[in-house]
Amino acid sequence: MDLVFDWFRVLYDETGINLPFIYDGYDRNRMIDGFFTTIWLSVVCLFFSVIIGVIGAWLQGSSFKWTRRIVNGYIQLFRNTPPLVQLYFFYFAIGTVLPKVENDWGGQSPILGSFAWAAISLSFFAGAFNVEIFRSGIEAVPKSTVEAAEALGFSKLQIYRDITMPLAIRVVIPALNNNLVNLVKTTTLAYAIAVPEMLYEANQIWSDNVNVTEMMIFMLLAYFALVGVLVGGMNRWERAMKIPGFG
Amino acid sequence: MGTRHENSGVWLMTYKTDLPVMLPVTPRSPEPFAGFKPKHIVIIAALVILGPSLAFAQVGAPILTPFAVLLDWMPLLLEGFIFNLVISVSAMALGTAVGAMLGLGQISLLRVTRGTSWFVTQFFRNAPWLVLLFFAMFLLPFEIKIFGLVVPLPDWFKAILGLSLPVMANVSEIVRGAVKSLPSGQWEAAESLAYSRQQTLWLIILPQCVKRMLPPWMNLYSILTMATVLASIVGVSEVMTLTAQALAAEGGRPELLAPFYGFVLLLFFAYCYPIARFTVWLEKKFAVIN
Repeated sequence: MDLVFDWFRVLYDETGINLPFIYDGYDRNRMIDGFFTTIWLSVVCLFFSVIIGVIGAWLQGSSFKWTRRIVNGYIQLFRNTPPLVQLYFFYFAIGTVLPKVENDWGGQSPILGSFAWAAISLSFFAGAFNVEIFRSGIEAVPKSTVEAAEALGFSKLQIYRDITMPLAIRVVIPALNNNLVNLVKTTTLAYAIAVPEMLYEANQIWSDNVNVTEMMIFMLLAYFALVGVLVGGMNRWERAMKIPGFG
Repeated sequence: MGTRHENSGVWLMTYKTDLPVMLPVTPRSPEPFAGFKPKHIVIIAALVILGPSLAFAQVGAPILTPFAVLLDWMPLLLEGFIFNLVISVSAMALGTAVGAMLGLGQISLLRVTRGTSWFVTQFFRNAPWLVLLFFAMFLLPFEIKIFGLVVPLPDWFKAILGLSLPVMANVSEIVRGAVKSLPSGQWEAAESLAYSRQQTLWLIILPQCVKRMLPPWMNLYSILTMATVLASIVGVSEVMTLTAQALAAEGGRPELLAPFYGFVLLLFFAYCYPIARFTVWLEKKFAVIN
């Protein structure tokens, strides 16, 4: 491994192509941390946005007019405003109003850090799209299936959890995957509130080493690869989850 | 086997049975605020912006209320927002022009052209917008020399270039998707009438595609408009940058944050929501019944 690292140092000395995140231990750790922060942020947002989508789709079928109105209002508001402004609104406007807690060094620090706000904001953003996606899946479940479950004595929650959702989730996977890919790309916005994800760490490295060109090209390739692997994996999953005889 | 819906990739299929396991999936377009009247929206917006201001207004009497401060800065912020719109329109125009060519390249008969166009499209579609914006910002020089003539490249121009890259890739996919979605009978009928390939494309295929391309294209424009705030991260003085500067000029009073950022949210919502509604209407109007 060291041999490979040294080779990149030689590459820098010989050609001037500076890739410190490979040969320099400190920068390498920063880059790896950034990579895992991006992954972790994506996973957290994915989890919560799916939950928001499921609950929202359920609430949209509510018989109360105002419940439906509020859910629709949430969807429209989050779909038609820039995610970056949403992030700023959450982080600066709401974050400063919340109470502060004492940190380990005796100082005052906000109750939620930048990572938490990025996760909340991006979850709500992706969730707004997921509600619509799940809703289209639920509508694809025939009424006769739900009626059959009702006849067997399932409760409303049980029908949603055990009958409707398992069927709906399979047909919405392609749309859900599109949204997930968008979500991973949107995590770069967390850069703006100093969440140490991949782009932020790359910025730190190019600020220290003055190798903007190399880092920029590496970033493009890294995201291209990350999204490519994700799309490939999702397509496999999509095929595995396909309802036999449907589509 | 069924066919795939062009935007969402959802499988559509038709079958004949009395008790289907699943109904065909119809991709939903978002509903309007079910029954919300414009007056509701105005009231809610007023609550969002004024609510926090009023709550704080009772605390500090001698200083201006947050709403009054916002009113003072409003002309500047609106100017910044218009700059956002200028960036979005220019990037859209540039991206559409290049993207349309790239899209036609993707359906070219030449293998090399097809492969290259496909790769360029996928590459710029998979990269995050912010990374592409950084790419354009930091790698383009601040001025270029053409035959001894020094042409400066201001940062807003670089922002337009950076934002037009993902637009280009998405337009390319829209064009390809629209052409692919036409039944092959159109091509064959044209061929039997002795149209050349170029004539078929320009006179038969593309005119029919315009209808199919318009809704996703407008969607893309809406996404692009919302992405123009990214330019604030790289220092273009658009509405987000101006908001931050206005807040700094007011001494960073915490009670101002919610009204100011809320106002920016409202600006974008007021612009993008009608576009979204119009897109949904277009989609319904142009819906192709097979």
